[in-house]
Amino acid sequence: MAEDLLRLGLHALHVARGGKMVPFAGYEMPVQYAAGVMKEHLHTRAAAGLFDVSHMGQVILRPKTGYEATALAFEAMMPVDVLAVAPGRQRYGLFTNDTGGILDDLMFANRGDHLFVVVNAACKSADIAHMTERLSDVCDVIPVTDRGLLALQGPQAEAALARLVPGVAAMRFMDVAILPWQGAELWISRSGYTGEDGFEISVHNDQAEALALALLDQPEVMPIGLGARDSLRLEAGLCLYGHDIDTTTSPVEAGLTWAIQKARRTGGARAGGFPGAERILQELATGTERLRVGLRPDGRAPMREDTALFAGDATPIGRITSGGFGPSVGAPIAMGYVATAFAAAGTRLDGEVRGKRLPVTVSEIPFQTTTYKR
Amino acid sequence: MKYTKDHEWLRVERGLVVVGITEHAATQLGDVVFVELPEIETVIATGDEVVVIESVKAASDILAPVDGEIVAVNEALVDNPGLVNEDPTGAAWFFKVKVDDLSVLEEFMDEDEYNELVG
Repeated sequence: MAEDLLRLGLHALHVARGGKMVPFAGYEMPVQYAAGVMKEHLHTRAAAGLFDVSHMGQVILRPKTGYEATALAFEAMMPVDVLAVAPGRQRYGLFTNDTGGILDDLMFANRGDHLFVVVNAACKSADIAHMTERLSDVCDVIPVTDRGLLALQGPQAEAALARLVPGVAAMRFMDVAILPWQGAELWISRSGYTGEDGFEISVHNDQAEALALALLDQPEVMPIGLGARDSLRLEAGLCLYGHDIDTTTSPVEAGLTWAIQKARRTGGARAGGFPGAERILQELATGTERLRVGLRPDGRAPMREDTALFAGDATPIGRITSGGFGPSVGAPIAMGYVATAFAAAGTRLDGEVRGKRLPVTVSEIPFQTTTYKR
Repeated sequence: MKYTKDHEWLRVERGLVVVGITEHAATQLGDVVFVELPEIETVIATGDEVVVIESVKAASDILAPVDGEIVAVNEALVDNPGLVNEDPTGAAWFFKVKVDDLSVLEEFMDEDEYNELVG
């Protein structure tokens, strides 16, 4: 494996558990363990799966002049209502650029006197530079480099984690809390990226392996690799940055308008004032030329990323951005962008696979009902 | 049983060459979710892409190991692609080829040589 790849703190644990390590976002990551992608996926939906997501970026925004000034400055980086997020709550956000494209998607939490932000691994150095540039007047932008991040996902995640950390049972979806475990401080959120109930747990590097082993000792819990993480999030209709969303896609095209709260829209209390506002507010009012949709191939052949989509003509009307097999759906599934005229659920299209046009139907997303504990 | 460096196995049954993929290949592919088989009576030349296999991870091909004519395909794989993982060297054969001369099989690896290749 290339020498410039970074190793996770739990590298030895992954290898010991049969993890097949592959390069991902500059890290050596387990793509699967001995059970394989299919079993890992189904286990997560039936019980609980443990994911090492320590490659993601954890950042603290520590106010210099009060929480509100930092929240407002952070808000000026994205079309999201940051100020309304109550202490102990987390929200999904996205950094936009001046042309209304997406620089990254992220989670941020109000932790009382500061904000805690989790960003994608591949974007983290750019995000930290971007935040440092935009926010340094009002807060210190502090990358958290001494903590790993574990995700425990699935309907039995609460039962498994509550045996170690009883306080998690009282948390609701998108709550955050700092809870003790064996003298350590765990930063826990009730969230994840699988469509299942579950938790993300930031833990100091010194205790990360002990916590991972304690979780893997619970009868419900199996280690899960990146392969199943991808199929789980695809079934849940969640975007993967760099594939389904990037600097060329706007949040409105991506169907992420739910992440743009009223306060930031035209007529709202703090309308606009974020990069790309002109385009994004215009698109909210009058629509877009293309939209992200779910897609269900009629046959069994998966339609993967970059499959061209056709509506009877020689010129494609869209393209798949994520596609594969959905183990819980039991069929191939995909997401992609199509011209708005073809975006209604039920629209029949063709996807070109190995030179052949195969039928595919525009579908509602998520493909799999989410089970967040609201 | 004979083996190719592309991780196919070949065995002779009633004068026909039966082709499948090895356990090593099935493990490397991961869970197979789709198999596209050739048409019966297709004339194949060594190296032709004759079967498409899609796993949860990626698509890959089976290349024709010999020249000949496809005379049977295993339709069970279309309905149950997971057979490739469950029984790669038995129930999950892919196709049967009629060849001019069965002695072409002599050039392929035997089991010991193949095991050495995959370590």
